[in-house]
Amino acid sequence: MSLEYSKVKELELKANDIRQSIIQMLLEAGSGHTAGPLDMADIFTYLYFHALKHNPKNPTWKDRDRLVLSNGHICPVLYSTMAHAGYFPVAELKTLRKFGSRLQGHPHREWLPSLETSSGPLGSGLSQIVGMALADRIDNGRTSGKQFYCLTGDGELDCGQIWEAAMLAGKEKIQNLTVIIDRNNIQIDGFTEDIMPLNPLDDKWRAFGWHVQEIDGHNFDMIDDAVGQAHAVFDRPSVIIANTIASKGVPEFERRFEWHGKPPNKEEADLALRELRTWRGKIKGEHE
Amino acid sequence: MLNPSQKLNPKLWDKDVEQAPIRKGFGEGLLAAAESDERVVGLCADLTESTQMHLFKKKFPDRFIEMGVAEQNLASVASGMAAMGKIPFITSYAMFSPGRNWEQIRTTICYNDMPVKIAGSHAGISVGPDGGTHQAVEDIALMRVIPRMVVISPCDAIEAKKATELSVKIHNPVYIRLAKQNTPIITTLETPFEIGKAQVFFVSIDYDAVSIKKGRVGIVATGALVYKALQAARKLDAEGILVKVLNLATIKPLDTEAIETLAKETGGIVTVEEHQVAGGMGSAVAEHLAQTVPVPIEFIGVQDQFGQSGTPEELLSHYGMGETDIIEAVKRLLERKPF
Repeated sequence: MSLEYSKVKELELKANDIRQSIIQMLLEAGSGHTAGPLDMADIFTYLYFHALKHNPKNPTWKDRDRLVLSNGHICPVLYSTMAHAGYFPVAELKTLRKFGSRLQGHPHREWLPSLETSSGPLGSGLSQIVGMALADRIDNGRTSGKQFYCLTGDGELDCGQIWEAAMLAGKEKIQNLTVIIDRNNIQIDGFTEDIMPLNPLDDKWRAFGWHVQEIDGHNFDMIDDAVGQAHAVFDRPSVIIANTIASKGVPEFERRFEWHGKPPNKEEADLALRELRTWRGKIKGEHE
Repeated sequence: MLNPSQKLNPKLWDKDVEQAPIRKGFGEGLLAAAESDERVVGLCADLTESTQMHLFKKKFPDRFIEMGVAEQNLASVASGMAAMGKIPFITSYAMFSPGRNWEQIRTTICYNDMPVKIAGSHAGISVGPDGGTHQAVEDIALMRVIPRMVVISPCDAIEAKKATELSVKIHNPVYIRLAKQNTPIITTLETPFEIGKAQVFFVSIDYDAVSIKKGRVGIVATGALVYKALQAARKLDAEGILVKVLNLATIKPLDTEAIETLAKETGGIVTVEEHQVAGGMGSAVAEHLAQTVPVPIEFIGVQDQFGQSGTPEELLSHYGMGETDIIEAVKRLLERKPF
């Protein structure tokens, strides 16, 4: 069943707000990552505003779904989405990376208790979500009703630990686990296929015992359909390879690996905000 | 003489003193902990019997996870389980966990403040014939440098059992260092044990009788070498040197009171451990005393070297951790003491 048209429009608007907050917080911080947060905004929006069973007013609710961000450096999108979802004030986003801020440069669950984990050093998020799902299985059996999500980068898949965890999840047939890979084809040093080729990425996961889907990571209907299918698979973990456009939403930044790890300056931020507020120039008037 | 208040093994000096691998005590302690606390789960990286987790696995198969040879995953899966309310024990050889998965332990366990208990078996040079690749003599340094981590190095199987059971009662991540080989049983079930408390195991009869510190020496020992330290103390005592031996099972947090008292009483200390001198228990003691009661210290341990194949006795004596080495260090220290 696909999403209703009105829902798609609502999610698109929300994702646009979230992208604007990302640009603003990065400008304020003066350091941080731009490409990944922008290109994952649609998936984060879909998860926090549609799929996740959660309660921003009661973040430690024990029956909530669990979501682990493995590539912690894209935390501006996590923070921005959580703020817009009501976990903390949107105004707090401007404290990103500042001394004493709850919004550490890479997420720290102790500082911001509504986070499921800390991340930054790549490759360990999948292991943690597998551990969470296994612990839940011990307590509640295979039909616990909780879903476990892990969001990873593609460059991160160079880490051996990812494949250790993939092997274990395959062996344990963790059916309520969905991994979504941000397949934006870039990492710090360049394009992923030049740095360390990942293709055929789908076959790799299939060989580890996973159900594999590949989608357009900016199409809410496809995201919804793929997550729905992932939930329906009952005998193995699921991975969704979400093809995304690095820095999606700001044409001047798109597809360029240079934007992996730097923030926009004032001029670039103004340009980006203009692009976002006018839906890429489609809307004329005061927003320009 | 052995400190009577510690109720140590009365047959300790017998030639055929009962022995057991320290890791065996861990296996029994884990089983006991799991029986009394259902949050306890066990994860092992393909060394279940070797690390003595098999007792737990047999009794609680649903709470055991076989990880295969994947130590990084071992640490982080445990962190995830702890986030769901479990108290995970992870085991492998110390060389691999915490040797190979240090960053995962730092970030996903300690930075996250997760109560994961790490048992590193086959620690020390006494692993013997397996050779230098398998002789973890850096693990204490690796673990004690991480904030929140509690580091325990039991001296025998009984103490290892107590330490394992008590580790469940504290929230911190805990590293429990275990030796492979048979080690004399020093303590008894009645010997008091508390995480963070050092115990006086040996004190010369005339130790308190003399009013000056001259002739007094303090020995601080940990792990499997505590027995050697006690043997050395006994011989020194027979020569008229006044000795007190402290069993420092918990290396972090350090029992600063006990260490300071010993330094004040003796004016000189010898530390004894089966670990690199750099960064080990001796370093922890020296770091503290340098700031509080600065006294001369001699360090028994590995001197910036890798091990090799051999029997435990051959290796301990080759790398300067035998009974004779301890006795010589005490005598060197007596020369260095200012009074």
